[in-house]
This record gives sequence, C-alpha cells and structure tokens, in this order.
Amino acid sequence: MTVTASAGLSDLRSFLHGLPGVDKVGVEARAAALATRSVKATSKATAIDLAIRMVDLTTLEGADTPGKVRALCAKARRPDPADPSCPPVAAICVYPAMVGVASAALAGSGVHLASVATAFPSGQAPLEVKLADTREAVAAGADEIDMVISRGAFLAGDYNRVFDEIAAVKDACGGAHLKVILETGELGTYDNIRRASWLAMLAGADFIKTSTGKVAVNATLPITLVMLEAVRDFRERHGRVIGVKPAGGIKTTKDAIKYLVLINETAGDDWLHPDRFRFGASSLLNDLLMQRTKLTTGHYAGPDYFTLD
Amino acid sequence: MPKSSKVLESGPSRLTVRKTYKLYIGGKFPRSESGRTYVVDGDNVALASRKDARDAVLAARAAQPKWAGTTAYNRGQVLYRVAEMLEARRGEFTALGVPGSEVHAAVDRLVWYAGWSDKIAQVTGGANPVAGPFFNISAPEPTGVVAVVAPASLLGLVSVVAPAIVTGNTVVVLAAGPQVAITLAEVLATSDVPGGVVNLLTGRYAETAPWLASHDDVNALDLTGVEHPELAAELERAAAGTLKRVIRPGAATDFTADPGLRPMTALLETKTVWHPKGY
Amino acid sequence: MFEYAPAPESRSVVDIAGSYGLFIDGEFDGGKDGNVFKTVNPATEEVLAEVTSAGSEDVDRAVAAARRAFGPWSSLPGAERAKYLFRIARIIQERSRELAVLESLDNGKPIRESRDVDLPLVAAHFFYYAGWADKLAYAGFGPDPRPLGVAAQVIPWNFPLLMLAWKVAPALATGNTVVLKPAETTPLSALFFADVCRQADLPPGVVNIVTGAGDTGAYLVQHPDVNKVAFTGSTEVGREIARTVAGTGKRLTLELGGKAANIVFDDAPIDQAVEGIVNGIFFNQGHVCCAGSRLLVQESIAEELLASLKRRMATLRVGDPLDKNTDIGAINSAAQLARISELSEIGAAEGAERWSPACSLPDRGFWFAPTIFTGVTQAHRIAREEIFGPVLSVLTFRTPEEAVAKANNTPYGLSAGIWSEKGSRILAVADRLRAGVVWANTFNKFDPASPFGGYKESGYGREGGRHGLEAYLA
Repeated sequence: MTVTASAGLSDLRSFLHGLPGVDKVGVEARAAALATRSVKATSKATAIDLAIRMVDLTTLEGADTPGKVRALCAKARRPDPADPSCPPVAAICVYPAMVGVASAALAGSGVHLASVATAFPSGQAPLEVKLADTREAVAAGADEIDMVISRGAFLAGDYNRVFDEIAAVKDACGGAHLKVILETGELGTYDNIRRASWLAMLAGADFIKTSTGKVAVNATLPITLVMLEAVRDFRERHGRVIGVKPAGGIKTTKDAIKYLVLINETAGDDWLHPDRFRFGASSLLNDLLMQRTKLTTGHYAGPDYFTLD
Repeated sequence: MPKSSKVLESGPSRLTVRKTYKLYIGGKFPRSESGRTYVVDGDNVALASRKDARDAVLAARAAQPKWAGTTAYNRGQVLYRVAEMLEARRGEFTALGVPGSEVHAAVDRLVWYAGWSDKIAQVTGGANPVAGPFFNISAPEPTGVVAVVAPASLLGLVSVVAPAIVTGNTVVVLAAGPQVAITLAEVLATSDVPGGVVNLLTGRYAETAPWLASHDDVNALDLTGVEHPELAAELERAAAGTLKRVIRPGAATDFTADPGLRPMTALLETKTVWHPKGY
Repeated sequence: MFEYAPAPESRSVVDIAGSYGLFIDGEFDGGKDGNVFKTVNPATEEVLAEVTSAGSEDVDRAVAAARRAFGPWSSLPGAERAKYLFRIARIIQERSRELAVLESLDNGKPIRESRDVDLPLVAAHFFYYAGWADKLAYAGFGPDPRPLGVAAQVIPWNFPLLMLAWKVAPALATGNTVVLKPAETTPLSALFFADVCRQADLPPGVVNIVTGAGDTGAYLVQHPDVNKVAFTGSTEVGREIARTVAGTGKRLTLELGGKAANIVFDDAPIDQAVEGIVNGIFFNQGHVCCAGSRLLVQESIAEELLASLKRRMATLRVGDPLDKNTDIGAINSAAQLARISELSEIGAAEGAERWSPACSLPDRGFWFAPTIFTGVTQAHRIAREEIFGPVLSVLTFRTPEEAVAKANNTPYGLSAGIWSEKGSRILAVADRLRAGVVWANTFNKFDPASPFGGYKESGYGREGGRHGLEAYLA
C-alpha cells in the first residue's frame, strides 16, 4: 500500500488492522532474551561511543531557562571536557521557547537541534495551533521536530485524522526532520503500537519515537522491538528507512547497550547510526561517560568527576 | 439342548427358531469371512479369523473420531441406554446361565461408567499453575482403538468394554463365552451405540490376539482375559512394536470390587495445552 | 554489524576430577572389572574425565543397595522425605553456576541455556516434587498410594541433569529408591548430583548412579530385582525396553522420539511465530525430542514467512558453548553429527532445497550449521524421521483440515505447535492434534507443574505435575 495523502484513505483502517498481531508474551520474552547478551571489552567501548553519539540530550521542564539550556548545549558539544576523544551527542531537545537560545549555543557544532512541538506533551490543541508551534520552532532554528500524535483520535479509531495531522505537521516542518511521538504508554497494546508506527510512517514521519517522558510507561525494550520490526518491514515494502527513538526511562549504559543489541539483531546495521536511532534521555549521558572513563582508566569513576548539566 | 434354544420358551406344538451367533463388526452381524464356525454348548458359533480382526480394526478406527467427538454428555446417555437394554434383557442372560445377580452387577457397572463420561476429565485433568504468563491445561483424550482380550464372565466383559468406550475409545473385543458376548452385542446394537464403537469377535483369542497385538493401527491392548502368562508376555512383546499401551492380566480379577479409575486412565492420553496470556 | 567481543563464562567455577567411580550405597567406588571410558567436551574434543563403565556385578550391587535402602526410605514420613528433596533443590540452586558450566562442557549446549533453562528447571522440579512427598493421599491415586520399590532409570544426553531431575524427583518423593544410568556421552552432571545427595545427607542407597553405555542400561532394565523402569531416549531403544519388560510385571514409562509439527496459520503473529520456529528447532541444537522439526506453514504466507525466518537465522550465533552470547552450541557427539549429516544429505538427494546462513564453524569439535529444507513433502525421509539436530523441514498446507491431517500423519505424537491469532481455530486444532503437548503461540516451554509425554510411538506415561506421580505409585 502506498499512501501519499489522506484522500483515498478509506482502506487505512483495513490496512492497519490487517497487520500481523503481536503476541505480548512472545515479544517480551524475545526482548528479555536479547537483554542477556553480554557486551564486553572492545565491543563495549564501541557501543558506548555510539550511544553517546545517539543521545538527544533533553530538557523539557517548565523551569527551563536560557542559562540551563546554554549549559546543556555546552555539554552536548563536549560531553567530557577532560577527554577530547569523547564524541558530541546527536542533538539537544528542548521546548520551542528555548530553540532560539539553543540555536545560538550550538552554532557550528554539528549538534542537531530538536524541538518538541504540536502542544507537547498532550497534543490536545487545535491543528492550527500545532502547526504554528511547529513553524515557529523551525523558524527559530530547530532542524528536528518531535511531534505528538493525537492519542485520543487514534484510540477512537479516527486514523485519518491522525494521519492528516502528521502529514500537515510534516509539511510545516519544511526541511526539518519529523519525529513522531506515539506515546506508546497510552496506546494500551503492542498491536496498537505496531499500527501507530505504520500510520506515522505512512504519513511521512522520518522517525518514530516512543514517548514524551511525561507518562507512567515510557520506552521499554519490547516496545522498541516492535517499533524496530515496523521500520524494518516498512523499508522492505517502501524502501525508505525510518529512524527510531526510545525516550524516557533509559538511564544506564547497561540499558543503552541492550537497545543497541536490539537494533543489531532486529533491524540491523543500517539503524546503528545516529541518523537512524536516538536515545531521548538526560541522565543517561553521565552514566555513559562514567563507563567510558572506566574503560579508559581501568578503574571505576565517580559522579563528582562529571558535569551536572 | 443348545444354548440358543434355552433362551426361548419352548412349547409342545411348535418348533423353536434358534438364534445364529455371528460376529459383531461395524454395527452388523456378519459371519466370519473365513466361513468357519465351531461348536460351543451345542451352537455353531462364528470362529473369527485374522481377517475378521483386521476388518474389526478398520470398523473401530472408522468409528473412533466421531465417537470421541460426541459430547461427553451424549456418551453417558448412550451408556445409560445400554444399561437399560441390559436390564430389560436380563432374562436372556440368566437363561444362558449368567446368575441374575451378575446381570444386575453388570447393569450397575454400566450405570456407574455412564456417569463418569463427563466427570473423568475433571478428575484427571485441570489447570496447571506454571511459573509464567501462560494458560496451561491438561485434559484426557481417548488413546484410540483398543484391542481387548475379554474375561469370560458377563460382568468381566462389561467391566473391560465400558471404561474403554465411555472415555471415547472404540474397541475390538475378543470374547470368551460367545453366546453371552453376542447377546451383549445385541444389547449394544439396540442401544444407540454407533456401529463400530464396539466390535465383538468370537473364537480362539490365541489365534487372533497376536494379529491385534502387532497391528499398527491399534493403540492399546487390554490383556485382562488372557489366562496364560507366556501368551500374555508374548502379546505384550508384540505390542511393543508400536508401543501400544498394555493393560496386563491380573490388573483386575475381582470384578465385583470398585474398579477405581485405572481401567479408564490406562486408556487415556493426557494432552497439555499452553497458551500465552497477554493483551 | 556490531560485533560482540568474546564473553566466556569462567570454567574455574567447576572442578572436574581426572576420573570418576560409580556412586553406589552412598560411596564412590571403581567398577569391578576396571573398565573405563572417556567423556569429552564436544566443542573441543578435549577429554574431560575418565568414567567407570559399570558391569553386571556393579549394577547388581547398585540394585541391592537400592533394595536395602527402599524399606527405610519408603517408611520415612512423607514430610521427612520432602525435607531431603527441598535440601537437594536448595543445594542445586546454590551450585547452579557450577552445574551449568559443567553441563555446557560435557554436553556442548550454550551456557545461556544451561544457565537460564536447564538449571532453573532442575531446581524447580525438585521443589515441586518435594512438596508432594507428604501429600500423596491427595493426589487422586487412592487414599493410600504405595511406592513400587526400586526404579531403574535410564536418561539421555540432551538435557542430562534436567532428565535426571524429571526421573529422580518424583521417584524419591513417592518413596521409591533409584538406580540411574546417565548417557554415555554426558555422565558428569549425574556424578556431581551424587555429590549433591551426599551434601544433603540423603541416606545411602536411595540414589545410585551407574555410568556406562548401552550394555549397562540394558542390564539394569533387565535386572530381576527392579520394580520400575523409566526411560527417556530414542523410540528404537524404547521399543527394545518394552519388549524386555514384557511379561515381567515391571511398571514402565517411556518418553521417546518425536517429529513435531509447528503449524503457522496466515493470521499468526509473524514475528513471534518466527521466534517460535527458531526456538522450536534450534533450541539445544535441535537435540530435543519435542523439537518443532516440521514447519507446516500456510501456503498463502509461506514466502514471506520463510524470508523472515532466513533473516532471523542469519543472526544466530554458533560457537563456543561457554560464550554467553552463543545461541547454538556443539553437536553432542561425533555419532550424532554423522546421523544429522547423513539425513541432511538424504534430504538434499531427495530433492528438498537446503539452506543455511553463512556461519563459520570452529575447526575442532562437532558442529552443524542451522539448516532448513524447503520444498519438503510428507514423502521425504527428513519429514518422517527424527533428525535430533538443528535441521528444519518446511512443508506447506492450504486449509486447517490439511494442516491437522499432515501434522498427525506420523507414528510419533509428542508435541505440536499452533500459531494463529484466532482463538476458536487454536482450540479446534489443539483438540485434533494427536500429541501430548500442544504449544499455541509459544513453543518449547517446560514447567514442573505441567505434564509432559507422548501419544503413539512417542511413548507412554507423563512426567511432571500431579500426573508424573502415577508412574511411581502402586
């Protein structure tokens, strides 16, 4: 099925409901089995650097200030001031109001600037507001937009509305990359996660993202596994590679490596790249840095030796 | 006087019409394909051949899926109907020399087994509390076609046939006491027992039993009626060829005692089904 | 590709002696005739230990020890027997790392499986049956069920310690004593279990371990003072044992071969079905009697499913069993490797199409790449005979009726799989499959509470659960 616009979407529902089901116990068992992979020594060092390069260093608080955002941008450019060999992160992720500050702070760094938009995190606003939100963020310098889908519309079965909103936001993005947040913790079933993934990809998403980080269940391994299967199958059918971004709750190097293993053994090589996979995280970065230092120095690191931002 | 005449009221002015004792296969009463008979208590009785045994297995196999597929409630009703018919024909059996009390015991045994039809699965099966998010249930199923060397008495015969069929198996029975056995076949034939569920062969089991013991399409072998240990061992060895379930002689000797569950469970397979539980 | 560096489990947690005697009457001793054999690590062909080959006199001594122990053991209060079994379960948990490494060394199975599947199930099995020992009157086998006496138990090499647990735990819980013979190629974990029994202060003679080859096993099952024979292994040997036991009155349970159909309908949860297929046939190198060795896939999705399966197979990691990332370890023996190779060559010669992912196999040891055959029909030998290796035969079907007919078209009847999202179809198909274990939307799951065993030539009797007690009770 090739869908380019909401016209002629009468079969969207039948397409989404015709996708193979996901057995909860099976997918969770598979994710748990992959989580037992033991990644040591040189492969661990490679994994840590890759994971750092995949981080969307995020601050999404009501208390965010220009000072806080500038500090975070500095950290994004040079995560470990003591070690110049440490790569920068993939992107900074902030609210639209902070895009201008971040844009200035990141200038020339190569670090991408992502802005949440579309009435993040609930998405409960008129479409025009969401589009304006998006346009302004892009105008202020964001080259990546993290939008939320209307979960209410999705759960009500109004797939065309969800599709049209994504397509409209994609249009509003212009040249910016669009990450579509499914808010998987609110979708209730893995079947819905698979359907929402396809819906977002068909509507023009460049990335599908698990969560806002603002609900009880954020990224999990099995949820990400289902989404990786979706992008893998989408490429098989449409030839286009869509990225995946788990967000929320990924705090340790051990967690991050489990995600890399998941990519490695599900979607494959092509997703082991910051253009195709991101971690939406904040505290994860310092743990990656501590583990990285442990590998280079041979002894355990302490939190006082890493910046707090 | 042949046994066939004993069951009839005789009068001075009329020549009685005697019964011909033939085999019972697939719900019909054929002669032996071999054309052979032998004389038992004055009657010419069909002497079953290995080919009759083969035909009986075919009939039993053909009837088995449908019989197993009927509801347990229905199988119980059919067995109860057999009990009713046996009760009604009590006189025929006593005339053949079966003590009246034994006929009663046989009727009661049938009623007992009739009631088991929709309970045995509950007693022997159930949910298994496995350590994981799985629905897991074990339930008994019939093993399939059972070849039976039956004991000579009516109560013995009923006591080996009833547990086999109430659980959904079909049987090929090598019966001792041909007149009693075939009279029981007539009871079965008039009791809504579908043709082929019970097949009765008369003759010399030492001749036919080895063919059933080695038959690839027989699932279980009940040797309750085998008197000679050497023959029983030989039959058990033959049964090993396809790993048939074997009920050895001596498992039940006192047919008046409570049979317990083993006559049924020995002819049941336990199937365990797993399914994940998750939205 | 993101390569994982080697992550070997440490061998140092297990201390294998140079040689082992027999465990009879609570003591290790050498055999009477001094015959020994070597057990090797199938992944390297390195000799692990010399093991005693038990002769007839040794088996006689073991049976006599079990007979002497039977009286006191069977008259112990059930609650006391239970406590011994609980102790054994606990010691196994505490030594599980050691035993897992040992099992992988002697058997060739990946440490991930011995660590995450075998050992947890072994401990769980002893825990489960421990609890039965003082509750037998409630098990549904009459108010006063009695033990049989001395049980002769012969187990295979595919799950050495787990099969021991399946045999020993219910036998001991019900008050029987045992003489157990582990497989010739995997004797070590049973000998370590003997040490566990000693640690638990189990009375001498309650468990006796005699090592040896087929002759030792044959002598054991023929022994006139044995009351019960329990065997897990090939259908051929099972048949022989059934013949041997005929006429003796010994109780017999057999858990034999299989050729399970794993049926995938067009509405299956495809990704999980692919995992189930992989787990069904490549778990434990396919050395599994209930392996899903015949894939029956609905023709309408066959192409798509096979593409997914092949893609998934390309990620299987074959190699060092002690590496924590290994999915497929070594074939257990040269003889088994020869049989797998032979049947695979026959499959190709009979016209089926053979495929394996690219994978480099170690130079030493016994290895076989995961393999599938497509274009297989019921007439092919690889669709009928148990290969007992990582080889999958793929057949197609059009309707549920045809799937059931093909699934049942075998003398075996141990297990089967069904993949579909439609409840009523699953239940109807499960009803009609002639197999003792049916996994629907899952495969190769085991639990001490779940009865396991086959229909038809896959054997008789059940192991596990309440049902598993029956084999050891009069």
